[in-house]
Amino acid sequence: MALSDKDRIFTNLYGLQPWSLHAARRRGAWDNTAALIAKGRDWVVEEVKNSGLRGRGGAGFPTGLKWSFMPKQSDGRPHYLVVNADESEPGTCKDRDIIRHDPHLLIEGCLLAGFAMGANTGYIYIRGEFYNESVVLEAAIREAYEAGLLGRNAAGSGWDFDLYVHRGAGAYICGEETALIESLEGKKGMPRLKPPFPAAVGLYGCPTTVNNVETIAVVPTILRRGASWFASFGRPKNSGTKLFCIQGHVNRPCNVEEEMSIPLRELIERHAGGVRGGWDNLLAVIPGGSSTPLIPKHVCEDVLMDFDALRDVKSGLGTAAVIVMDKSTDIIKAIARLSKFYKHESCGQCTPCREGMGWVWRVMERMVEGRAEIEEIDVLENMTRRIEGHTICALADGGVWPVQGLIRHFRPLMEERIAAYKARHGSPQPTLPMAAE
Amino acid sequence: MSSGDGKTPPPDIGGGFGGTHAVDEMERREQPTHFAFDEESEKRIPEILARYPENRKASAVIPLLWLVQEQMRRQTGVAWVPKVAMDVVAARLGMPPIRVYEVATFYFMFNTRPIGRYHLQVCGTTPCMLRGAEEVERACRDATGITGWGQTSADGMFTLSEVECVGACVNAPVLQVDLDYYEDLDYESTLRLIEALRRGERPKPGSVKGRQGSAPEGERTTLLDVPGE
Repeated sequence: MALSDKDRIFTNLYGLQPWSLHAARRRGAWDNTAALIAKGRDWVVEEVKNSGLRGRGGAGFPTGLKWSFMPKQSDGRPHYLVVNADESEPGTCKDRDIIRHDPHLLIEGCLLAGFAMGANTGYIYIRGEFYNESVVLEAAIREAYEAGLLGRNAAGSGWDFDLYVHRGAGAYICGEETALIESLEGKKGMPRLKPPFPAAVGLYGCPTTVNNVETIAVVPTILRRGASWFASFGRPKNSGTKLFCIQGHVNRPCNVEEEMSIPLRELIERHAGGVRGGWDNLLAVIPGGSSTPLIPKHVCEDVLMDFDALRDVKSGLGTAAVIVMDKSTDIIKAIARLSKFYKHESCGQCTPCREGMGWVWRVMERMVEGRAEIEEIDVLENMTRRIEGHTICALADGGVWPVQGLIRHFRPLMEERIAAYKARHGSPQPTLPMAAE
Repeated sequence: MSSGDGKTPPPDIGGGFGGTHAVDEMERREQPTHFAFDEESEKRIPEILARYPENRKASAVIPLLWLVQEQMRRQTGVAWVPKVAMDVVAARLGMPPIRVYEVATFYFMFNTRPIGRYHLQVCGTTPCMLRGAEEVERACRDATGITGWGQTSADGMFTLSEVECVGACVNAPVLQVDLDYYEDLDYESTLRLIEALRRGERPKPGSVKGRQGSAPEGERTTLLDVPGE
C-alpha cells in the first residue's frame, strides 16, 4: 500500500501552491499552535518519542530522546535550537524543497521544538548556495513575526521565541553539528571533540540541540495527528513518512514523500518511472546519500528503505537520497568521484582524514584506469579501516564507506580492469605513496 | 587597522598564491587599497548584528563577508572579497584580522581574488556526473573558450569553476551561475544559457525543461489531491 495524499505532511513539496502564510494556513499549518504548547513541554517530548521519529539528517538518532538530553531547568544559560539546513550530502535535495515551498512547516516546528527544549532562540543555518531559498525563508519568518507567530508570546502561547536565518558560505563539513556551531560562532567549520555534547555545551557554551530541517518540519503534524498516526507508517523503530530523492539513471527523477520501509524497487518503479532501460539494466544503487555504501542489483531486488533493513545489508538509510546507476555506469569512476568530494571537503583538522582522503582519492583514480597491482586493492581496503573511526567526526567514515562498498561488491571488476591495463601497457610503474599535495 | 585609509599599502597576509615575486606583484595590482561599506550595506549591518548576542559579534563574520562580496558585485561588477575589506570587517566586529582571513579562505564561496562577471559553477559530483555534468562542462568550455577550471575568459565575462554537490540532485545536471541554479541541463541548453548571459539577459533560474520543482517530468504520481488554494 502506497502512502495516500491525505497522509502526506509535505503537501506543497513541489511548490504547486504559494509558500505564503495565507496558503500554508489553508494547508493546515499554524492551526491553534498555542493549544499544542498548552499541553506542556513533557507532553511534546513524549509525543515525539512515541511517534518513533528518528533524525532525518542521516544518523537516525531518536529525536524525542535527543530533546530529552536538554537540561530541564536552565542554570541561567539560555538554551538554543539550531536547525541544520546545510544540506550538502551528495544526492540530497529534500530540505531545499521544504524551505522554498513550505517554509511555515519548518518555522512552526521551530517554535514547538524550541518550547520543548526550553529555548527562546533558534537559528536556521542554511548552506550558502541556497541563496534563493534563504530569501524565501527570511520572508516567511517576517510574515510569521508580523502575524504574531514569532517573537514575544509567540502564537499566543505564552512562550517567547525568536528565530533567525544564518547563511553559510560553502563547506560540507558544516553539516556536522559541532562544525555548524563553530561556524555559527564565526569560526572555521571544524568539528569539536565530544564530549561535552551540544546539549550540555553547544552554541556560545550553552545547551543546544541541532536538528535537521525535515525532522523539525514534521513535528507540528505529528503533534496534531498524534504519535500513533505517525508510528503507523513503516516498520517498528523505523516509523513515519519520509522524503526520498530518487535520481541518477531513472526515467523520471523526483523527490517524493512515501511511507518508511517501502521496498526500494517499488519506490523507483512507482515514482521515478523505473530504471532507465528497465529493471534488469540496473547495476547498483547508493541508497542513502554519498556516504552510504552501494548495494548491487541482487540486494536491491527486495530490500526495504528503512534504517534497519539497509543496515542489515551493510549500507544505511542516511538521508534517503537514492542514487540509481544502470549498467552503462563506470562504477569505479562513480565512486572515485565521491572520493574526490571527500578530499575536497575535509576540514583538515585530523590527520587520518586530511591525508587519508587525498590518498584514497589518488589510489581510486588509478583504479579507474586499472593502473595498479591487484594487491593494492587490499592495501586500499586496509587503509580505509585505519582511517575509519580515527577522526573527530564522521566525514572520513563517510568518505571511506563508499570505497569499502565498491570493493565488497565489485572487486572482480576492479581486478579485471587492472588485468586489462596490464594487457595493454604491461605492469605499471610502482607508485610511491605520497602525502598531501 | 592602518589599511583602508588609501595611503598605506594593504598588509601582506602571507601564504597567498605561491609567494614568487611575480605573483606578489600580480596580487598587489589586483588588491584595492581601500574599502568602505556603502549605504546599502550599512543599512543591513544593524539587522544582522541584532541576530546575535551583544558579546558574540564574531557570529556576523560570514554575513558581513557576504555583504562585502555583494557590494563589490554592485560597485565593480565583480563579486569578490579584497583583503582590505576583510580588515574592515575585522575592525567592525572587533576581531583580530587573522580570524577573518581564515574564515574568508575556509569557505569556498568567498572569492579572494577577482573573477569574471558571471561565475559558471559546474556541479561535478557523482549525482550530476551520472546525468551528464561532463556535457555541461564541455558546453561551458566551448561557449567561453576557457580551457581549465578556475580560469576567466579573455573578455572577462566568465569564470569557470567545478563545485561539489549543490543539492539539487533530482534536477541534475546543475549549473550554478553566481547564486542561481539552472537545472536539467544538457549540452545544447547550456550553450543557449551562456549565450543569453552574454547578451545581458538573465533567464529564469530553475529547470530549463520547465519541470515543476522536484516533481517528476510528466504526470505526477503524488499530490494530486491536496487541500489548499
